Amino acid sequence: MTSVLYDPPGPRGRRRILLGTVLASLVLLAGAGWVVKRLADQGQFEPVLWEPFKDPDIQHTIALGAVGTLKAAGLAIVCSMVVGAVLAVGRLSAHRPVRLVCTVVVEVSRSIPLLLLMLALFLAYPQQLGSFGALVLGLTIYNGSVLAEVFRAGIQALPKGQSEAAFALGLRKNQVMRLILLPQAIRSMLPALISQCVVTLKDTALGYVILYPELLSKGKSIYITYFNIIPTAIVIGAIYITTNILISKLAEYLQRRSEHRQKNQLGKPTLMPLDPLASVEAAASGTVT
Amino acid sequence: MQVLIDNWGSILRAFLETLELAGLSAVVCLIVGSLLAVMRVSPIPPLRLFGSGYVTIVRNTPLVLVFILVVHGLPELGLKGSFFTRAVIALSVYTAAFVCEVLRSGMLTIPAGQAEAARALGMTFGQNLRLVIMPQAVRAVLPPLTSVMIALLKNTAIAEAFGVAEATGKMDDLVRDHADAILPIFIAFAAGYMIITLGLSRIVAWYERRAAAS
Repeated sequence: MTSVLYDPPGPRGRRRILLGTVLASLVLLAGAGWVVKRLADQGQFEPVLWEPFKDPDIQHTIALGAVGTLKAAGLAIVCSMVVGAVLAVGRLSAHRPVRLVCTVVVEVSRSIPLLLLMLALFLAYPQQLGSFGALVLGLTIYNGSVLAEVFRAGIQALPKGQSEAAFALGLRKNQVMRLILLPQAIRSMLPALISQCVVTLKDTALGYVILYPELLSKGKSIYITYFNIIPTAIVIGAIYITTNILISKLAEYLQRRSEHRQKNQLGKPTLMPLDPLASVEAAASGTVT
Repeated sequence: MQVLIDNWGSILRAFLETLELAGLSAVVCLIVGSLLAVMRVSPIPPLRLFGSGYVTIVRNTPLVLVFILVVHGLPELGLKGSFFTRAVIALSVYTAAFVCEVLRSGMLTIPAGQAEAARALGMTFGQNLRLVIMPQAVRAVLPPLTSVMIALLKNTAIAEAFGVAEATGKMDDLVRDHADAILPIFIAFAAGYMIITLGLSRIVAWYERRAAAS
């Protein structure tokens, strides 16, 4: 991409790029240096603020927070996949009332803030749901609606011949959906589905607002004791970033593998839609929180 | 219902605060995001590295954590500002990464021949981007950019937890005072957000149709 925008630099161009590189590095380093110096002046790098993280008790607290985050994210992802599949099928249903209800649910929950939904659930049923229930239910409704659109796009991207062939074999409407369309749609939407997992994992941080003991809330319990808010934020942030990058790498790997498989099947009848771009685009739009 | 009638003035003000927060953040994050996108395709390696590093880090960090860092971290850097200002900064820092990615993938959709033709005419990198690539990319990115802006608007809700009196915070207050009326209050606020988000996507769809027709 980059090489298309400018010619391969000649001797003068190379000199100019070198000059630009030196200048840009200086500016960026100066900026970073200023931030580090200001933080150092404020005593943010004093060992006192960082030593708590060597304490096994604190490490245990962070681990508990990570477990809380993973528990909420895992349950929400599983539930939202089920809800998403149901809503997607509902929006494609031949029955108008079913279609209408599913459309309203999807559109409403996608156009209001997740936090608003979560807070309302939490405040309406503080006893029955608790903060964990409100967090998971909110995430399920929201992500279920997002996934419903992903699945629906996946089903509609399938070649028409798939459902026609299935009907020709005498399968019923729900068999066509369950046995033929949904499995293929889910498989071709796998990368988009996994990027949605990153979004879900990030959104569990909203549990901080409704006081569910996840990674950030545990972080808060650390920094209100040791007054080391910036070190804590850096440590917690590093955990989130590492986890999410690993999940994204998995999505990339699966994407490459499915493209590879499609290439091998060229010429043979294929079960997968031959449009890898469709799922790439869905993945790109799906990562927006 | 009575709660809503009694408080409609302050509810409206809270939604105006939400709109103001989203609008200001939108302007800032569009500027920062475009700069980042240019950095990511520029011939200068440290800028490319900075651009991609920024995007990777910010995209994988929860917005709540960005808020904590900005709201509590900026004063440490000696930058003071109201909660509102800091909320705008947090939202812009976060959304700029998404804007950058949308713009960059928009540039990738432009056929390579366009950029090559511009180069053949002797245009520089800056002219190429400004006169040939960007005007076409902007049209291609309008729909995904709209989703980013809608996400931004919904994300302003998080400012509730950081001292900004916007709509979600108002709902929080009202429900805590009138626990019996939670359903009508929730419906009113959900409707308020829906009017804004669906309105925004309608306006963009209308604009796209008009642009396509002309």
